Amino acid sequence: MRTVMFLCTILIVTILFIILYSIFKKGLPALSWEMISQVPKGGYYLGKEGGILNAIIGSLYLALGSTVLALVVSLPVALYLNTQLVRYGRLTEFVRFLMDLMWGVPSIVYGAFAFTIMIALGIRASLLAGIITVALFIIPIMLRSMDEILKTTPRGLLEASISLGSTYSEVSYRVYLKQCLPGIVTAVLLSFGRAIGDAAAILFTTGYTDHIPTSLSQPSATLPLSIFFQLSSPIPEVQNRAYASAVVLMVIILIISIVSRILANRFIKHQIKH
Amino acid sequence: MEPIISIKDLNLSIGNSSILRNINVDIPKNKITIILGPSGCGKTTLLRCLNRLNDLNPQVKITGSIIMHGEDILHTSTDVTEIRRKAGLLSQRPYPLPMNIFNNVAYGLRINRDLPRKEMHQRVEEMLRQVSLWEEVKDRLKEPAGRLSIGQQQRLCLARGLAVHPEIILADEPTSALDPISSEAIEQKFRELKDEYSIVMVTHVLRQARRIADYVVFMYLGEVVEQGTAKELFENPQKEMTQAYLKGLYLN
Repeated sequence: MRTVMFLCTILIVTILFIILYSIFKKGLPALSWEMISQVPKGGYYLGKEGGILNAIIGSLYLALGSTVLALVVSLPVALYLNTQLVRYGRLTEFVRFLMDLMWGVPSIVYGAFAFTIMIALGIRASLLAGIITVALFIIPIMLRSMDEILKTTPRGLLEASISLGSTYSEVSYRVYLKQCLPGIVTAVLLSFGRAIGDAAAILFTTGYTDHIPTSLSQPSATLPLSIFFQLSSPIPEVQNRAYASAVVLMVIILIISIVSRILANRFIKHQIKH
Repeated sequence: MEPIISIKDLNLSIGNSSILRNINVDIPKNKITIILGPSGCGKTTLLRCLNRLNDLNPQVKITGSIIMHGEDILHTSTDVTEIRRKAGLLSQRPYPLPMNIFNNVAYGLRINRDLPRKEMHQRVEEMLRQVSLWEEVKDRLKEPAGRLSIGQQQRLCLARGLAVHPEIILADEPTSALDPISSEAIEQKFRELKDEYSIVMVTHVLRQARRIADYVVFMYLGEVVEQGTAKELFENPQKEMTQAYLKGLYLN
Protein backbone atom coordinates (compact mmCIF):
# COMPACT_ATOMS: atom_id res chain seq x y z
CA MET A 1 0.00 0.00 0.00
CA ARG A 2 2.81 2.40 0.80
CA THR A 3 4.28 1.91 -2.66
CA VAL A 4 0.90 2.72 -4.24
CA MET A 5 0.56 5.87 -2.15
CA PHE A 6 4.09 6.89 -3.00
CA LEU A 7 3.67 6.30 -6.76
CA CYS A 8 0.33 8.12 -6.88
CA THR A 9 1.80 11.11 -5.06
CA ILE A 10 4.74 11.22 -7.45
CA LEU A 11 2.36 10.90 -10.43
CA ILE A 12 0.12 13.77 -9.29
CA VAL A 13 3.03 16.07 -8.50
CA THR A 14 4.73 15.25 -11.81
CA ILE A 15 1.58 15.94 -13.85
CA LEU A 16 1.08 19.21 -12.00
CA PHE A 17 4.62 20.29 -12.74
CA ILE A 18 4.40 19.28 -16.41
CA ILE A 19 1.27 21.42 -16.79
CA LEU A 20 2.85 24.35 -14.98
CA TYR A 21 6.10 23.97 -16.93
CA SER A 22 4.46 23.89 -20.35
CA ILE A 23 2.28 26.90 -19.57
CA PHE A 24 5.13 28.93 -18.14
CA LYS A 25 7.49 27.92 -20.93
CA LYS A 26 5.15 29.17 -23.61
CA GLY A 27 3.56 31.96 -21.64
CA LEU A 28 6.44 33.73 -19.91
CA PRO A 29 8.24 34.89 -23.09
CA ALA A 30 4.97 36.32 -24.43
CA LEU A 31 4.13 38.03 -21.16
CA SER A 32 4.89 41.73 -21.08
CA TRP A 33 3.91 44.76 -19.06
CA GLU A 34 2.01 45.99 -22.08
CA MET A 35 -0.09 42.84 -22.03
CA ILE A 36 -1.33 43.24 -18.48
CA SER A 37 -1.70 47.00 -18.52
CA GLN A 38 -3.65 47.64 -21.71
CA VAL A 39 -6.96 46.70 -23.20
CA PRO A 40 -6.94 45.05 -26.67
CA LYS A 41 -6.36 47.54 -29.47
CA GLY A 42 -7.66 47.04 -33.00
CA GLY A 43 -6.19 43.85 -34.43
CA TYR A 44 -4.99 42.49 -31.09
CA TYR A 45 -6.32 39.07 -31.95
CA LEU A 46 -4.35 39.20 -35.18
CA GLY A 47 -1.09 39.72 -33.31
CA LYS A 48 -1.13 43.53 -33.11
CA GLU A 49 -0.76 45.76 -30.05
CA GLY A 50 -2.76 45.73 -26.84
CA GLY A 51 -3.27 43.58 -23.80
CA ILE A 52 -5.77 41.66 -21.72
CA LEU A 53 -6.43 44.17 -18.95
CA ASN A 54 -10.13 44.00 -19.83
CA ALA A 55 -10.15 40.27 -19.12
CA ILE A 56 -8.07 40.56 -15.93
CA ILE A 57 -10.33 43.24 -14.47
CA GLY A 58 -13.46 41.50 -15.76
CA SER A 59 -12.44 38.19 -14.21
CA LEU A 60 -11.61 39.79 -10.88
CA TYR A 61 -14.97 41.60 -10.82
CA LEU A 62 -16.80 38.43 -11.74
CA ALA A 63 -14.97 36.12 -9.34
CA LEU A 64 -15.02 38.54 -6.40
CA GLY A 65 -18.67 39.40 -6.97
CA SER A 66 -19.81 35.81 -7.25
CA THR A 67 -17.65 34.67 -4.31
CA VAL A 68 -19.09 37.38 -2.07
CA LEU A 69 -22.62 36.56 -3.23
CA ALA A 70 -22.08 32.82 -2.69
CA LEU A 71 -20.52 33.47 0.73
CA VAL A 72 -23.50 35.51 1.86
CA VAL A 73 -25.77 32.57 1.02
CA SER A 74 -23.54 29.60 1.91
CA LEU A 75 -22.20 30.61 5.31
CA PRO A 76 -25.57 31.03 7.06
CA VAL A 77 -26.86 27.80 5.51
CA ALA A 78 -23.76 25.83 6.52
CA LEU A 79 -23.91 27.23 10.06
CA TYR A 80 -27.65 26.55 10.28
CA LEU A 81 -27.15 22.93 9.21
CA ASN A 82 -24.48 22.37 11.84
CA THR A 83 -26.02 24.13 14.82
CA GLN A 84 -29.77 24.47 14.89
CA LEU A 85 -30.55 21.65 12.47
CA VAL A 86 -27.97 19.25 13.87
CA ARG A 87 -30.72 17.34 15.68
CA TYR A 88 -32.60 16.63 12.47
CA GLY A 89 -30.15 14.16 10.97
CA ARG A 90 -32.34 13.12 8.05
CA LEU A 91 -33.10 16.63 6.90
CA THR A 92 -29.46 17.70 6.99
CA GLU A 93 -28.39 14.56 5.14
CA PHE A 94 -31.00 15.35 2.48
CA VAL A 95 -29.72 18.90 2.06
CA ARG A 96 -26.17 17.55 1.81
CA PHE A 97 -27.27 15.04 -0.81
CA LEU A 98 -28.94 17.81 -2.87
CA MET A 99 -25.82 19.94 -2.66
CA ASP A 100 -23.66 17.02 -3.76
CA LEU A 101 -25.94 16.56 -6.77
CA MET A 102 -25.70 20.25 -7.60
CA TRP A 103 -21.93 20.05 -7.24
CA GLY A 104 -21.96 17.40 -9.96
CA VAL A 105 -23.94 19.50 -12.44
CA PRO A 106 -21.58 20.79 -15.16
CA SER A 107 -21.16 24.55 -15.24
CA ILE A 108 -22.38 24.78 -18.84
CA VAL A 109 -25.78 23.61 -17.57
CA TYR A 110 -25.86 26.51 -15.12
CA GLY A 111 -24.93 28.79 -18.01
CA ALA A 112 -27.66 27.39 -20.23
CA PHE A 113 -30.21 27.58 -17.40
CA ALA A 114 -29.37 31.20 -16.69
CA PHE A 115 -29.43 31.97 -20.39
CA THR A 116 -33.01 30.69 -20.80
CA ILE A 117 -34.12 32.86 -17.90
CA MET A 118 -32.30 35.86 -19.35
CA ILE A 119 -34.03 35.36 -22.70
CA ALA A 120 -37.42 35.04 -21.01
CA LEU A 121 -36.84 38.26 -19.09
CA GLY A 122 -35.18 40.01 -22.00
CA ILE A 123 -31.89 40.63 -20.20
CA ARG A 124 -28.66 41.01 -22.16
CA ALA A 125 -25.41 39.30 -21.28
CA SER A 126 -23.90 41.32 -18.45
CA LEU A 127 -21.53 41.26 -15.52
CA LEU A 128 -24.45 40.96 -13.10
CA ALA A 129 -25.94 37.98 -14.94
CA GLY A 130 -22.51 36.34 -14.92
CA ILE A 131 -22.00 37.00 -11.21
CA ILE A 132 -25.35 35.45 -10.34
CA THR A 133 -24.79 32.42 -12.59
CA VAL A 134 -21.30 31.75 -11.26
CA ALA A 135 -22.52 32.26 -7.69
CA LEU A 136 -25.20 29.59 -8.27
CA PHE A 137 -22.54 27.31 -9.64
CA ILE A 138 -20.10 27.74 -6.75
CA ILE A 139 -22.65 27.78 -3.89
CA PRO A 140 -22.76 23.95 -3.64
CA ILE A 141 -18.97 23.83 -3.66
CA MET A 142 -18.60 26.48 -1.00
CA LEU A 143 -21.47 25.23 1.11
CA ARG A 144 -20.35 21.62 1.22
CA SER A 145 -16.71 22.53 1.87
CA MET A 146 -17.76 24.73 4.80
CA ASP A 147 -20.17 22.07 5.96
CA GLU A 148 -17.48 19.39 6.07
CA ILE A 149 -15.31 21.70 8.19
CA LEU A 150 -18.13 22.72 10.52
CA LYS A 151 -19.06 19.04 10.99
CA THR A 152 -15.72 18.46 12.68
CA THR A 153 -16.60 20.81 15.56
CA PRO A 154 -16.75 18.74 18.75
CA ARG A 155 -20.32 18.11 19.90
CA GLY A 156 -19.28 19.10 23.41
CA LEU A 157 -18.50 22.61 22.19
CA LEU A 158 -22.05 23.00 20.88
CA GLU A 159 -23.46 21.69 24.16
CA ALA A 160 -21.17 23.87 26.25
CA SER A 161 -22.14 26.95 24.23
CA ILE A 162 -25.88 26.45 24.34
CA SER A 163 -25.70 25.50 28.02
CA LEU A 164 -24.44 29.00 28.68
CA GLY A 165 -27.73 30.24 27.33
CA SER A 166 -26.39 31.34 23.96
CA THR A 167 -28.87 31.58 21.15
CA TYR A 168 -28.17 29.58 18.03
CA SER A 169 -27.01 32.67 16.17
CA GLU A 170 -24.51 33.45 18.93
CA VAL A 171 -23.30 29.86 18.80
CA SER A 172 -23.03 30.10 15.02
CA TYR A 173 -21.33 33.42 14.55
CA ARG A 174 -19.29 33.70 17.74
CA VAL A 175 -18.25 30.11 18.40
CA TYR A 176 -18.51 27.99 15.25
CA LEU A 177 -17.26 30.70 12.94
CA LYS A 178 -14.21 31.26 15.12
CA GLN A 179 -13.55 27.56 15.59
CA CYS A 180 -13.74 26.87 11.86
CA LEU A 181 -12.41 30.09 10.38
CA PRO A 182 -9.28 28.58 8.78
CA GLY A 183 -11.39 25.92 7.06
CA ILE A 184 -13.99 28.44 6.00
CA VAL A 185 -11.31 30.63 4.43
CA THR A 186 -10.11 27.56 2.51
CA ALA A 187 -13.65 26.86 1.33
CA VAL A 188 -14.04 30.43 0.08
CA LEU A 189 -10.69 30.23 -1.65
CA LEU A 190 -11.54 26.96 -3.33
CA SER A 191 -14.75 28.48 -4.64
CA PHE A 192 -12.96 31.62 -5.80
CA GLY A 193 -10.59 29.42 -7.80
CA ARG A 194 -13.53 27.70 -9.45
CA ALA A 195 -15.24 31.02 -10.12
CA ILE A 196 -12.27 32.69 -11.77
CA GLY A 197 -11.32 29.64 -13.80
CA ASP A 198 -14.69 28.67 -15.20
CA ALA A 199 -15.54 29.45 -18.82
CA ALA A 200 -18.74 27.56 -19.54
CA ALA A 201 -21.06 29.27 -17.05
CA ILE A 202 -20.11 32.73 -18.34
CA LEU A 203 -20.04 31.94 -22.06
CA PHE A 204 -23.66 32.98 -22.65
CA THR A 205 -24.28 35.04 -19.56
CA THR A 206 -21.40 37.51 -19.38
CA GLY A 207 -20.56 37.98 -23.04
CA TYR A 208 -17.25 39.44 -24.13
CA THR A 209 -15.99 42.91 -24.77
CA ASP A 210 -12.73 44.75 -25.32
CA HIS A 211 -13.65 47.39 -22.76
CA ILE A 212 -13.40 47.33 -19.01
CA PRO A 213 -16.98 47.21 -17.69
CA THR A 214 -18.04 50.29 -15.75
CA SER A 215 -21.38 48.99 -14.54
CA LEU A 216 -23.01 45.68 -13.64
CA SER A 217 -25.31 45.85 -16.65
CA GLN A 218 -22.45 45.86 -19.14
CA PRO A 219 -20.96 42.71 -20.62
CA SER A 220 -17.47 41.84 -19.51
CA ALA A 221 -14.40 40.02 -20.74
CA THR A 222 -13.00 37.20 -18.64
CA LEU A 223 -9.63 35.44 -18.58
CA PRO A 224 -10.85 31.92 -19.45
CA LEU A 225 -12.72 33.20 -22.51
CA SER A 226 -9.80 35.42 -23.42
CA ILE A 227 -7.55 32.36 -23.30
CA PHE A 228 -10.05 30.46 -25.43
CA PHE A 229 -10.28 33.16 -28.11
CA GLN A 230 -6.53 33.63 -28.31
CA LEU A 231 -5.86 29.92 -28.38
CA SER A 232 -8.30 29.43 -31.29
CA SER A 233 -6.27 31.85 -33.37
CA PRO A 234 -4.14 30.33 -36.14
CA ILE A 235 -1.36 32.84 -35.44
CA PRO A 236 1.38 31.36 -33.18
CA GLU A 237 2.09 34.72 -31.53
CA VAL A 238 -1.51 35.06 -30.42
CA GLN A 239 -1.52 31.46 -29.20
CA ASN A 240 1.47 32.20 -27.01
CA ARG A 241 -0.40 35.16 -25.56
CA ALA A 242 -3.07 32.67 -24.50
CA TYR A 243 -0.45 30.90 -22.42
CA ALA A 244 0.68 34.23 -21.03
CA SER A 245 -2.95 34.89 -20.03
CA ALA A 246 -3.02 31.50 -18.32
CA VAL A 247 0.08 32.51 -16.36
CA VAL A 248 -1.73 35.67 -15.25
CA LEU A 249 -4.73 33.61 -14.17
CA MET A 250 -2.56 31.26 -12.14
CA VAL A 251 -0.63 34.07 -10.51
CA ILE A 252 -3.92 35.67 -9.39
CA ILE A 253 -5.00 32.38 -7.82
CA LEU A 254 -1.59 32.00 -6.19
CA ILE A 255 -1.71 35.46 -4.64
CA ILE A 256 -5.22 34.90 -3.31
CA SER A 257 -4.14 31.53 -1.85
CA ILE A 258 -1.14 32.93 -0.04
CA VAL A 259 -3.03 35.88 1.40
CA SER A 260 -5.87 33.65 2.61
CA ARG A 261 -3.46 31.16 4.19
CA ILE A 262 -1.76 33.94 6.11
CA LEU A 263 -5.12 35.24 7.29
CA ALA A 264 -6.33 31.75 8.25
CA ASN A 265 -3.19 30.96 10.23
CA ARG A 266 -3.73 34.00 12.36
CA PHE A 267 -6.90 32.45 13.71
CA ILE A 268 -5.95 28.79 13.94
CA LYS A 269 -4.41 29.16 17.39
CA HIS A 270 -7.81 29.55 19.01
CA GLN A 271 -9.17 26.30 17.66
CA ILE A 272 -10.39 23.80 20.28
CA LYS A 273 -9.19 20.26 19.62
CA HIS A 274 -11.20 17.14 20.24
CA MET B 1 -37.24 23.57 52.95
CA GLU B 2 -38.42 24.82 49.61
CA PRO B 3 -36.77 22.84 46.78
CA ILE B 4 -35.29 24.78 43.87
CA ILE B 5 -36.35 22.10 41.42
CA SER B 6 -39.08 19.49 41.71
CA ILE B 7 -38.96 16.59 39.30
CA LYS B 8 -42.34 14.86 39.12
CA ASP B 9 -43.15 11.52 37.44
CA LEU B 10 -40.43 11.98 34.88
CA ASN B 11 -40.17 9.30 32.20
CA LEU B 12 -37.74 9.47 29.35
CA SER B 13 -37.24 7.18 26.41
CA ILE B 14 -35.05 7.22 23.35
CA GLY B 15 -36.75 5.47 20.47
CA ASN B 16 -38.15 2.29 22.01
CA SER B 17 -35.85 2.01 24.96
CA SER B 18 -36.86 3.48 28.26
CA ILE B 19 -34.01 5.36 29.91
CA LEU B 20 -35.63 6.99 32.95
CA ARG B 21 -38.68 5.70 34.80
CA ASN B 22 -40.87 7.45 37.38
CA ILE B 23 -38.31 9.89 38.65
CA ASN B 24 -39.51 11.97 41.59
CA VAL B 25 -36.82 14.12 43.12
CA ASP B 26 -36.80 17.41 44.99
CA ILE B 27 -33.52 19.22 44.63
CA PRO B 28 -32.83 21.35 47.71
CA LYS B 29 -31.74 24.95 47.43
CA ASN B 30 -28.17 25.99 48.30
CA LYS B 31 -27.03 22.41 48.77
CA ILE B 32 -24.84 20.01 46.88
CA THR B 33 -27.03 17.28 45.48
CA ILE B 34 -25.19 14.23 44.24
CA ILE B 35 -26.72 11.89 41.70
CA LEU B 36 -24.94 8.66 42.39
CA GLY B 37 -25.02 5.36 40.59
CA PRO B 38 -23.17 2.96 38.34
CA SER B 39 -22.40 3.82 34.71
CA GLY B 40 -25.35 3.69 32.37
CA CYS B 41 -28.01 4.17 35.02
CA GLY B 42 -29.33 7.39 33.48
CA LYS B 43 -27.65 9.91 35.80
CA THR B 44 -26.31 12.07 32.99
CA THR B 45 -29.59 11.92 31.06
CA LEU B 46 -31.44 13.10 34.17
CA LEU B 47 -28.98 15.94 34.64
CA ARG B 48 -29.36 16.99 31.01
CA CYS B 49 -33.13 17.22 31.48
CA LEU B 50 -32.56 20.08 33.90
CA ASN B 51 -31.27 22.43 31.21
CA ARG B 52 -33.16 20.88 28.31
CA LEU B 53 -30.00 19.63 26.64
CA ASN B 54 -31.86 16.48 25.59
CA ASP B 55 -33.69 18.70 23.10
CA LEU B 56 -30.67 18.20 20.87
CA ASN B 57 -31.78 14.65 20.25
CA PRO B 58 -35.22 14.57 18.54
CA GLN B 59 -35.66 10.88 19.38
CA VAL B 60 -35.89 11.67 23.07
CA LYS B 61 -39.46 11.55 24.43
CA ILE B 62 -40.08 13.01 27.86
CA THR B 63 -43.22 12.92 30.00
CA GLY B 64 -43.77 14.33 33.48
CA SER B 65 -42.71 17.69 34.75
CA ILE B 66 -39.77 19.59 36.14
CA ILE B 67 -40.93 22.52 38.21
CA MET B 68 -38.67 25.48 38.78
CA HIS B 69 -40.08 28.68 40.32
CA GLY B 70 -43.59 27.37 39.82
CA GLU B 71 -43.09 26.82 36.13
CA ASP B 72 -42.76 23.53 34.28
CA ILE B 73 -39.53 23.93 32.34
CA LEU B 74 -40.28 20.91 30.16
CA HIS B 75 -43.45 22.40 28.74
CA THR B 76 -42.92 26.05 28.88
CA SER B 77 -43.72 29.13 26.93
CA THR B 78 -40.46 30.66 28.15
CA ASP B 79 -37.57 30.63 25.73
CA VAL B 80 -35.36 27.57 26.23
CA THR B 81 -32.26 29.78 26.23
CA GLU B 82 -33.67 31.53 29.33
CA ILE B 83 -33.92 28.18 31.11
CA ARG B 84 -30.38 27.32 30.13
CA ARG B 85 -29.12 30.63 31.47
CA LYS B 86 -30.44 29.69 34.90
CA ALA B 87 -28.54 26.41 34.86
CA GLY B 88 -24.83 26.40 34.13
CA LEU B 89 -23.30 23.14 32.94
CA LEU B 90 -19.88 21.76 33.71
CA SER B 91 -19.27 18.81 31.44
CA GLN B 92 -17.06 15.76 31.89
CA ARG B 93 -14.41 17.20 29.62
CA PRO B 94 -13.95 20.95 29.64
CA TYR B 95 -14.84 22.75 26.42
CA PRO B 96 -13.43 26.26 26.47
CA LEU B 97 -14.59 28.48 23.63
CA PRO B 98 -12.28 29.02 20.65
CA MET B 99 -11.07 32.41 21.87
CA ASN B 100 -8.59 33.78 24.40
CA ILE B 101 -8.84 33.27 28.15
CA PHE B 102 -10.23 36.73 28.84
CA ASN B 103 -12.91 36.47 26.18
CA ASN B 104 -14.05 33.07 27.43
CA VAL B 105 -15.17 34.65 30.67
CA ALA B 106 -16.33 37.83 28.94
CA TYR B 107 -18.53 35.70 26.68
CA GLY B 108 -20.38 34.47 29.76
CA LEU B 109 -20.77 37.99 31.10
CA ARG B 110 -22.03 39.31 27.75
CA ILE B 111 -24.81 36.69 27.68
CA ASN B 112 -26.70 38.91 30.09
CA ARG B 113 -25.47 42.32 29.09
CA ASP B 114 -22.52 44.04 27.56
CA LEU B 115 -20.36 45.96 29.98
CA PRO B 116 -18.06 48.94 29.53
CA ARG B 117 -14.42 47.94 29.03
CA LYS B 118 -13.19 48.78 32.48
CA GLU B 119 -16.05 47.14 34.29
CA MET B 120 -15.71 44.09 32.06
CA HIS B 121 -12.09 43.77 33.10
CA GLN B 122 -12.98 43.97 36.76
CA ARG B 123 -15.75 41.41 36.44
CA VAL B 124 -13.55 38.96 34.51
CA GLU B 125 -10.87 39.25 37.19
CA GLU B 126 -13.50 38.72 39.87
CA MET B 127 -14.79 35.59 38.14
CA LEU B 128 -11.31 34.17 37.63
CA ARG B 129 -10.47 34.86 41.27
CA GLN B 130 -13.63 33.08 42.33
CA VAL B 131 -12.32 29.85 40.77
CA SER B 132 -8.73 30.52 41.95
CA LEU B 133 -7.45 30.86 38.41
CA TRP B 134 -6.53 34.54 38.36
CA GLU B 135 -3.01 34.19 39.73
CA GLU B 136 -2.23 31.48 37.18
CA VAL B 137 -3.50 33.31 34.10
CA LYS B 138 -3.29 37.04 34.85
CA ASP B 139 -0.23 37.48 32.62
CA ARG B 140 -1.58 35.42 29.72
CA LEU B 141 -5.17 36.58 29.34
CA LYS B 142 -4.73 37.01 25.59
CA GLU B 143 -3.59 33.43 25.07
CA PRO B 144 -5.93 30.86 23.54
CA ALA B 145 -7.91 29.06 26.22
CA GLY B 146 -7.10 25.73 24.59
CA ARG B 147 -3.49 26.06 25.74
CA LEU B 148 -4.38 25.83 29.42
CA SER B 149 -4.05 22.50 31.21
CA ILE B 150 -7.21 20.41 31.48
CA GLY B 151 -7.59 21.27 35.15
CA GLN B 152 -7.25 24.99 34.41
CA GLN B 153 -9.68 24.66 31.49
CA GLN B 154 -12.29 23.10 33.76
CA ARG B 155 -11.94 25.96 36.23
CA LEU B 156 -12.13 28.44 33.34
CA CYS B 157 -15.36 26.76 32.21
CA LEU B 158 -16.68 27.08 35.76
CA ALA B 159 -15.78 30.79 35.77
CA ARG B 160 -17.46 31.23 32.39
CA GLY B 161 -20.56 29.45 33.67
CA LEU B 162 -20.67 31.55 36.86
CA ALA B 163 -20.33 34.71 34.76
CA VAL B 164 -23.77 34.02 33.27
CA HIS B 165 -25.04 34.17 36.86
CA PRO B 166 -27.08 30.96 36.97
CA GLU B 167 -29.10 29.73 39.93
CA ILE B 168 -28.05 26.13 39.58
CA ILE B 169 -24.77 24.53 38.59
CA LEU B 170 -25.11 21.21 36.84
CA ALA B 171 -21.93 19.16 36.85
CA ASP B 172 -21.52 15.94 34.94
CA GLU B 173 -18.59 14.08 36.48
CA PRO B 174 -16.63 17.34 36.29
CA THR B 175 -13.50 15.87 37.84
CA SER B 176 -13.25 12.59 35.96
CA ALA B 177 -10.72 13.92 33.44
CA LEU B 178 -8.74 15.87 36.03
CA ASP B 179 -5.71 15.14 38.19
CA PRO B 180 -6.27 14.79 41.97
CA ILE B 181 -5.16 18.34 42.76
CA SER B 182 -7.45 19.93 40.17
CA SER B 183 -10.29 17.66 41.32
CA GLU B 184 -9.78 18.78 44.88
CA ALA B 185 -9.83 22.41 43.71
CA ILE B 186 -13.19 21.90 41.98
CA GLU B 187 -14.67 20.14 45.01
CA GLN B 188 -13.43 22.91 47.29
CA LYS B 189 -15.02 25.50 44.98
CA PHE B 190 -18.33 23.67 45.09
CA ARG B 191 -18.33 23.77 48.89
CA GLU B 192 -17.78 27.54 48.78
CA LEU B 193 -20.27 28.14 45.98
CA LYS B 194 -23.23 26.44 47.60
CA ASP B 195 -23.98 29.54 49.66
CA GLU B 196 -24.94 31.29 46.45
CA TYR B 197 -25.86 28.48 44.10
CA SER B 198 -27.60 25.14 44.17
CA ILE B 199 -25.34 22.44 42.81
CA VAL B 200 -26.34 19.17 41.18
CA MET B 201 -23.46 16.86 40.44
CA VAL B 202 -23.36 13.47 38.79
CA THR B 203 -20.71 11.03 39.88
CA HIS B 204 -20.02 7.36 40.16
CA VAL B 205 -17.18 7.91 42.59
CA LEU B 206 -18.47 7.00 46.02
CA ARG B 207 -15.62 8.67 47.91
CA GLN B 208 -16.29 11.94 46.13
CA ALA B 209 -19.96 11.73 47.00
CA ARG B 210 -19.13 11.11 50.66
CA ARG B 211 -16.79 14.10 50.67
CA ILE B 212 -19.11 16.78 49.38
CA ALA B 213 -22.73 15.60 49.28
CA ASP B 214 -25.51 17.24 51.25
CA TYR B 215 -28.28 15.36 49.53
CA VAL B 216 -27.92 12.12 47.63
CA VAL B 217 -30.02 10.54 44.90
CA PHE B 218 -29.03 6.95 44.25
CA MET B 219 -30.02 5.64 40.83
CA TYR B 220 -29.91 2.24 39.27
CA LEU B 221 -31.12 1.14 35.82
CA GLY B 222 -33.10 4.31 35.12
CA GLU B 223 -34.86 4.46 38.46
CA VAL B 224 -34.28 6.30 41.70
CA VAL B 225 -33.64 3.60 44.26
CA GLU B 226 -33.26 5.81 47.27
CA GLN B 227 -32.76 9.44 48.15
CA GLY B 228 -32.16 11.44 51.28
CA THR B 229 -29.69 13.64 53.08
CA ALA B 230 -26.10 12.47 52.91
CA LYS B 231 -26.19 11.50 56.58
CA GLU B 232 -29.34 9.39 56.21
CA LEU B 233 -28.30 7.69 53.03
CA PHE B 234 -24.70 6.94 53.84
CA GLU B 235 -25.18 5.96 57.46
CA ASN B 236 -28.50 4.29 57.34
CA PRO B 237 -29.44 3.16 53.84
CA GLN B 238 -32.89 1.58 53.71
CA LYS B 239 -32.72 -0.35 50.45
CA GLU B 240 -30.68 -3.47 49.95
CA MET B 241 -29.34 -2.20 46.62
CA THR B 242 -28.05 0.99 48.18
CA GLN B 243 -26.36 -0.96 50.96
CA ALA B 244 -24.67 -3.18 48.40
CA TYR B 245 -23.45 -0.22 46.35
CA LEU B 246 -22.13 1.58 49.39
CA LYS B 247 -20.22 -1.53 50.38
CA GLY B 248 -18.69 -1.49 46.93
CA LEU B 249 -20.37 -4.69 45.84
CA TYR B 250 -21.13 -5.02 42.18
CA LEU B 251 -24.77 -4.72 41.26
CA ASN B 252 -25.97 -7.33 38.89
